[in-house]
Amino acid sequence: MKHRTFFWFFLPTAAAMLLFIAFPIVSVVTQSLFTPHEAVLIEVENCGPFGCTTETSIDQEATASLRESSPLGRFVGLSIYFDRGHLAFAEVGEAWRNSSGLSSFFSNLMNLPFYSALAFTLTYTFVCTPALIALGFAIAVAVNSLHQRLKGLMIFFSLLPMIVTPLIGSLILFWMVDSRGVLGNFLSWITADPDLSVKASTPLMWICLIVYGIWSSAPFAFVVFYAGLQTVPQDTLESAQIDGATRWQQIRFVIIPHLAPLVTFVALIQLMDNFRVLEPILGFQAQAHAQSLSTFILSDLSGETRQLSSAATTSVLTILGVAILLSPVLVRTWRDFNEKSH
Amino acid sequence: MFLKKIALAGAVAMLGSTALAGGHAGCPTEGRVSIVGNEFPAIQTVGAGAMGCAGDAVEVSTNLTADHQTINVPGMQGNPAEYTSAIIANSSIVALMNEDVIRPLDDLVAKHGDGIQPNQLITINGQVMAVAFMANAQHLVYRADVLEAVGKDVPTTYEEMLEAAEAIRAAGIMENPVGGAYAAGWNLAQEFNNMFLGMGGSHFKAGSAEPSINTEAGVKALEMMKALSEYMNPDFLTHDSNATNAEYRAGNTALMNMWGSRAATLVTAEGVPQEVIDGFAIAGPMTVGGGDTPATTLWWDGWTIAKNISDADAEATFLAMKKAIDPAIMADEETRTQAVWLIDGYEPTPAATGVFAAAQAGSIPYPMLPFMGLMHTALGNELADFMQGNESAEQALADVEAAYIAAAKEQGFL
Amino acid sequence: MSTASAAQRRPLPLQIGLWIFVAIWFVLAAFPFFWTLWGSFKVELDFFSIADWTNALTGANTQNTYGSPFTLRGYEGAFVENEFWRNSINTFLVCLFVVTTSLTIGTLGGYALSRSGYKYVFWLLIIALMFRALPQITLVSGYLPVFFDWNLWGFLPTAIIVLVAINQPFTLWMLHSFFESIPKDLDEAAKVDGCTQFQAFRHVIIPVMWPGVITTGLFSFLLAYNDFVVTALILNEGNRTMVPQIAAFLGTTYTEGNVMFAVAAVVSATAPLFVLVMFFQRQIVSGLTAGAVKG
Repeated sequence: MKHRTFFWFFLPTAAAMLLFIAFPIVSVVTQSLFTPHEAVLIEVENCGPFGCTTETSIDQEATASLRESSPLGRFVGLSIYFDRGHLAFAEVGEAWRNSSGLSSFFSNLMNLPFYSALAFTLTYTFVCTPALIALGFAIAVAVNSLHQRLKGLMIFFSLLPMIVTPLIGSLILFWMVDSRGVLGNFLSWITADPDLSVKASTPLMWICLIVYGIWSSAPFAFVVFYAGLQTVPQDTLESAQIDGATRWQQIRFVIIPHLAPLVTFVALIQLMDNFRVLEPILGFQAQAHAQSLSTFILSDLSGETRQLSSAATTSVLTILGVAILLSPVLVRTWRDFNEKSH
Repeated sequence: MFLKKIALAGAVAMLGSTALAGGHAGCPTEGRVSIVGNEFPAIQTVGAGAMGCAGDAVEVSTNLTADHQTINVPGMQGNPAEYTSAIIANSSIVALMNEDVIRPLDDLVAKHGDGIQPNQLITINGQVMAVAFMANAQHLVYRADVLEAVGKDVPTTYEEMLEAAEAIRAAGIMENPVGGAYAAGWNLAQEFNNMFLGMGGSHFKAGSAEPSINTEAGVKALEMMKALSEYMNPDFLTHDSNATNAEYRAGNTALMNMWGSRAATLVTAEGVPQEVIDGFAIAGPMTVGGGDTPATTLWWDGWTIAKNISDADAEATFLAMKKAIDPAIMADEETRTQAVWLIDGYEPTPAATGVFAAAQAGSIPYPMLPFMGLMHTALGNELADFMQGNESAEQALADVEAAYIAAAKEQGFL
Repeated sequence: MSTASAAQRRPLPLQIGLWIFVAIWFVLAAFPFFWTLWGSFKVELDFFSIADWTNALTGANTQNTYGSPFTLRGYEGAFVENEFWRNSINTFLVCLFVVTTSLTIGTLGGYALSRSGYKYVFWLLIIALMFRALPQITLVSGYLPVFFDWNLWGFLPTAIIVLVAINQPFTLWMLHSFFESIPKDLDEAAKVDGCTQFQAFRHVIIPVMWPGVITTGLFSFLLAYNDFVVTALILNEGNRTMVPQIAAFLGTTYTEGNVMFAVAAVVSATAPLFVLVMFFQRQIVSGLTAGAVKG
């Protein structure tokens, strides 16, 4: 395709993305390098329904003139990236120096919010992604083998975990896994442990979040693979059958290679989504047991005082994290791409 | 005390205010009124009251949503501001003050302030910045029948609460008699604030933004919370006030520290067992560690007016908001039970006794400090480790201070 | 595969295995939904039955309150008192415009990406992917000041454009992979016959692209339908779509009774999706045109 033609075809989508994603990214990166001005604090007397108290407040006039002189705030370079709420270089260094061994270093490291969140997020990402791809593939193959009439119904019901809004979905599941709920009772019945409580134990909560993650994202993999299965070339399949390939061999040597680009696609999207895990943690009220970079951003933005610079920094770190995470898949895509263009 | 005054003034005002009720009397004649605020029933009532002023020349709109805190600052920063009024509490007015988006109301109060009681006016550095209309506090909610069964008095201290809890458990009435909104995050931090203030602590060094929570009071507060949690449902770190109320309704807990605003409707839900309805009782907040100050905080909700709007719109907004909290609304039975109103003419319902007791016992208002929000967030994020027994109280508090300092430096407070 | 010849017929044990697997997945996928459906006719204390979980099945408290184990109170509250149908209309509008717009510009872009062999195509795809990595909540809180300033905040079209833009990377990737699987010979041949690129696209590609487009459209639809972050922060109270309205039913304090409005609303919100999937399943099932080959 000519550059010129390509340009016109690509213009609308590029314009939308530039305007609504690229510019915000620039502003987010800028925001992460600047912080609000130093507040000029004064002692004031505040009165209300409960009497008067002397409290500290911001001297608006003094601060306003500071703001006017440099509206972006103070330039602080990368210092927010390195502070305790983010990469925490100083604290990590200190932990390294003060630790007697690797295990004590590790436990000190896990005391820093960023690293403990990373531990959960990576575990979640690397367990969920392969599992949901496998499950999605299995469902796609199974549903595809059903009778025509049943297919539509099964597609709908398979989509349900994805359809029911996580807002309510997790509220209901939160109750279900409660030790008095239906799944909680079921679990303590199978494990024969009447005191079993998923919500009180960190390992169980992690398992619960991961299972929920697989359950809620498997439908996505399923639909993509199912659509892909419809395009499996019948002649290749037939010639494989004539050559006496077993069912498994047909899947292994015809279907899986055919779906490979879709697997890459699902893996890219799901690695990214799982790395940014947010809704399950909120839904299961699991902040005591598991945090992620996304929950940090939410907590920075929704507190009584919004920490915009900190949220911006965590967002940039998320993008970098995703880039690192996806790099192996991207390198592969790059190779495929080069092969194809020759 | 303030609430007693209101109660006394009540009957008189009721007579006077009936004349005002109904119609557009007191409403602005023209201008734009646009309100952003939280969505619980009392605020819905106020929003609806302001909407009642809508007319040909008066444009009134409300946006009452749980996300109001994310929207109100950007919505008031533009010029002219999208929102002419934000409904906030003493914790959240700080964000608007910090960004300098609300205006002093002194001139408007002087002009149209009749009917607003002096103690409704929130003054900061001598300037009226908000008008409060309701009060709130956490206090004891208990089951009178259960306490009677084990022969215990209503606890007035957390130490007595522990004893009563032990007695209830020992008697085999309930396995987890204590309830508490200890969900990691905002709720847990709020429970710490209560306990810490009750222990005589102070979050910051006087006159500065330096934290001072890693103190004896801090450690003792955490230890008391830990002791209480032994009598709670093992899932306590996931229980917010909704889940805690649900436990109470189901008859699983007998003692809990609960918001006054939630008390009135606690047992009115459909299907609450009869013994829970009969045993439902409210008392004032408890003290802790031999202190005199109750381990709770006082809250108010009120409205503010945006800075970046025309004076005419500000006046219209003031009038519409004043109309919304007109003493006449107290005539409605349902409205009265929605909150502990600070409005002239409010006759306290039985459910309000806890909040009254909290105010009378000299509880501390939730600090209106520019950096308190950062402290609250840091507490919410860092204390769960201690509550799970993963680290010592000192370590948890040191972590809170470190997290707070990082945030406060970023915001320019340190 | 299902249309395979007699030689392909499955042995019984495999068939049974498949049936069991599908049945298990069916239960896993649908159980919470059926539970919710059943519970939507109960009172809150039965739905979240802390005292005894079997109450959720038998509706003991519902029986006490209404004299019958089923009640339509939740639906009545949502649709009659709170006019939930208004939110349904908003959701319908948002979904319709998000799906059509994002498919239109996404198809053009995805087609161009799949037909251009230059290196920049790869980098464009990578950049688009990285665009998707930015958490939505950060994006949206970045928009707020601008939207308020320009008086764009609160309206459905704003939410539609934002949803289209932030879902564009995903749409582009997905359509790109589908177009890759449509043989290039098709449009090359058309061009040899004298068509411009756009004519080739219109007359040759459009007729065969529907299964991929419909699958992508399904995801665009679900994204728009289920979105909470964008719609909750950008739409004002009067323009709310269903999901933020459900969140508003719950509120921060779970006002008495309102929880069941939310549950009833969730159940009702699923019904149109059922119709949609049933309607489009033929397209999802039909497969690409004859001879579609590997990607």
